[in-house]
Amino acid sequence: MNDSFLLDGEDIPFTPGQTVMQAAAAAGKYIPHLCWHPDFAAHGSCKLCTVKIGGRFATSCTVRAAAGQEVENRTEELDAKRRTLLQLLFVEGNHFCPSCEKSGDCALQATAYEMGMLTPHFDHFYPDRPVDASHPDVLLDFNRCILCELCVRASRDVDGKNVFALAGRGTRSHLVVNSDTGRLADTDFAATDRAAAVCPVGVILKKRVGFAVPIGLRTYDRKPISAGMGADDKAGAGIGEAG
Amino acid sequence: MATAELEDILERHRRDPLQLLQILIELQARDGWLAPATLGALADALGMPRARVESTASFYSFLHTRPAGEYRILFSDNITDRMLGNQALMQALCDKLWLQPGKVSEDGLVSVATTSCTGMCDQGPALLANGRTVTRLTPERIDEMAHLIRRRVPVGDWPPEWFHVEDNIRRRDVLLDHGLAPGAALAAALERGPTGLLSEIERSALRGRGGAGFGSDIKWRSCRDAWGDAHYVICNADEGEPGTFKDRVLLSSYFDLVVDGMCIAGMAIGANKGFIYLRGEYRYLLDRLETRLAQRREQGLLGRNILGRGFTFDIEIHLGAGAYICGEESALIESLEGKPGKPRIRPPFPVTNGYRGQPTTVNNVETLALAALIAVRGGEWFRAIGTPASTGTKLLSVSGDVARPGIYEFPFGVSVTEVLEAAGARDTQAVTSAGAAGHCLAADEFGRRIAFEDVATGGSIMVFDASRDMFEVARNFAHFFAHESCGFCTPCRVGTAVNARLLDKLAADHGSPYDLDEIAKMHRLMQGASHCGLGNTATIAIDDMLAKFRPAFERRLHSPDYEPAFDLDAALSQARRMTGRDDPGAHLGDNHEALAEARPHAQGAHSSADPVSAKDLQP
Repeated sequence: MNDSFLLDGEDIPFTPGQTVMQAAAAAGKYIPHLCWHPDFAAHGSCKLCTVKIGGRFATSCTVRAAAGQEVENRTEELDAKRRTLLQLLFVEGNHFCPSCEKSGDCALQATAYEMGMLTPHFDHFYPDRPVDASHPDVLLDFNRCILCELCVRASRDVDGKNVFALAGRGTRSHLVVNSDTGRLADTDFAATDRAAAVCPVGVILKKRVGFAVPIGLRTYDRKPISAGMGADDKAGAGIGEAG
Repeated sequence: MATAELEDILERHRRDPLQLLQILIELQARDGWLAPATLGALADALGMPRARVESTASFYSFLHTRPAGEYRILFSDNITDRMLGNQALMQALCDKLWLQPGKVSEDGLVSVATTSCTGMCDQGPALLANGRTVTRLTPERIDEMAHLIRRRVPVGDWPPEWFHVEDNIRRRDVLLDHGLAPGAALAAALERGPTGLLSEIERSALRGRGGAGFGSDIKWRSCRDAWGDAHYVICNADEGEPGTFKDRVLLSSYFDLVVDGMCIAGMAIGANKGFIYLRGEYRYLLDRLETRLAQRREQGLLGRNILGRGFTFDIEIHLGAGAYICGEESALIESLEGKPGKPRIRPPFPVTNGYRGQPTTVNNVETLALAALIAVRGGEWFRAIGTPASTGTKLLSVSGDVARPGIYEFPFGVSVTEVLEAAGARDTQAVTSAGAAGHCLAADEFGRRIAFEDVATGGSIMVFDASRDMFEVARNFAHFFAHESCGFCTPCRVGTAVNARLLDKLAADHGSPYDLDEIAKMHRLMQGASHCGLGNTATIAIDDMLAKFRPAFERRLHSPDYEPAFDLDAALSQARRMTGRDDPGAHLGDNHEALAEARPHAQGAHSSADPVSAKDLQP
């Protein structure tokens, strides 16, 4: 097929049925995103991948590519909106980058750097989100959760376990664990599950390997997240799994 | 709960996981809340992950996963309820019951809280007592209610007049004066056949009455043409827009016309099954509606072989459980399938992939009733009413500062002024033209016309006279959307919460012009970036109010410079309690200036205060 559309003025080929995001990723072009992952069905919730098509806003991970489309991606207008979205995510949860084990491997942090986010800007919500350290091999630190449902999708669609789900509504939305006690230890979750390696932020952390890779040598210390598009995203290893 | 009881409920719902929400509603009606063991047992019985049961149970406002008291009192908290004094009444009830709002009494007897608009704006203030609607609250009723609760009198034995709901129809036109016998419209439609009927609907130029105004003939034709194992008709009776109550009246007093309309839609699209998604706030209508459906089955007006013409169509009523978002059609379908009401990714649209993934048409209650009229009187007749782009009449729910709140049926094209005059509005400052989610008009715009091409509306008209503080209207709306955002997408979930906080900051005397700019910034972000109509419309009214009634906001500004939301002195209150101190030295504020004078470098302390310190003080 030789269908193509324009992404920031560059010709991007696509095959029918591909989304704008999929086609861009296949061509090695970076559209900022957090909840999208090449191996899973699109979720369309973080809205970081919002682009403009023919002057209208669209979610690039859910909108189908069409021949001749003119897609705006890395414009100042869109990146400014993305900065605001990132700030909203930062103040909604409790993100203490300097003390977070995921620092340097975190897609939220790396995307914030990429978008030039310098402060959280808004007043912090400081939600009360206790951690779950019950599992022998994995720690759940809900403070960082951005509700992307990648773990929900991985556990359901790949691991076949349904260990995670989102509960609640609005800002009370939160990740829950599928057991009577609500504790991860009381599920059949294993550190080898796909869901254990898919979190783009620092919620699902493997125990006893913390800081094995020193800060400064981590995924996004070596190259910005925008450069990662292509290698990781095409190969299916995905963001956040390098660490 | 006894296992036999659970079995009985499960059997009636065919052990279908898609019935989860209906099962949860029934379980809660029996137990008063949904205990962890209940959720676990249900998950096992339905063969679904417990976490998914929890997802649904924790999404809906009227489902409680913690004990909420034998008596659960929810005050409707629309701005119109507030204008009628609901806050004082709620405080009075709490005082009499020795309660804090939002908390359950220590003996587990009662809880008192607020809920979004219950659709009784024409006869408020209103509340829900264990899900039952109580209207026209007065201090006397509140007094007596406290007595009844303390004496543990069941809600069913409370004075019957408390539960009386008036129609308050103030102006009738072709719909409210239809004069058709039950089934007459259906007979006319069967006579025309699907093709003939669809032509009449096309000729009528009927557009959806929920507010978006999508062409009904296009919706029905695309649904009919979509391939599927089954087709479905859904009547959207999740009338949640603050200030709307027209569907309540249609369901109460024009139900046969609505059912005729659903059957007609079923015939047109080739469906044998329909659902009415009835908002939980209208639970009081359920038994009456079920009874009428049963009668129609006996009369050959529903079910198998309708009117002896070989057409089969039946209707099931599903209840909502307190979620405004379920008015959005794809969220409604998710809810109908027992899931949290989060809007789907579209396309595909419901007309091709709706309920159970099958072609589904979702229509507003009023649209279906009008389709029934068109089946009898024809498209040309309908098209002659209203304006060329907005044919027919529109039901308007008028409330707020008017002498005669209620339902007004006007042909499209009526001016806002005419509506205000009919309702007896005086000294009107502002009108919200489509509830909390639409534009807010100022006096110089009252000459505009109610029509899709001018002032588009689902029918919620709230009127504010010159005595009202439009800032408080905006703040009420902001909190409404923060409460009702489903939480799926970032801009709406966090943006609505930020907006509510910004307006609270202004209300608490901490505002500056900076905050007004921030509210405008949220508006620009949420419009366009949000996943569905809720986020895309949540800031329209507030943005209008900010532009048109700016003095109401500027009055609230504390300083022309930046002001933090954080109050350093208030944050010290806990430390003062812990140390037992309350002397001037333990306070900032007035003392703060003296301190700053003594230590010139400390001047920045107030504005640069890091909110982290507030958290550090917590035990």
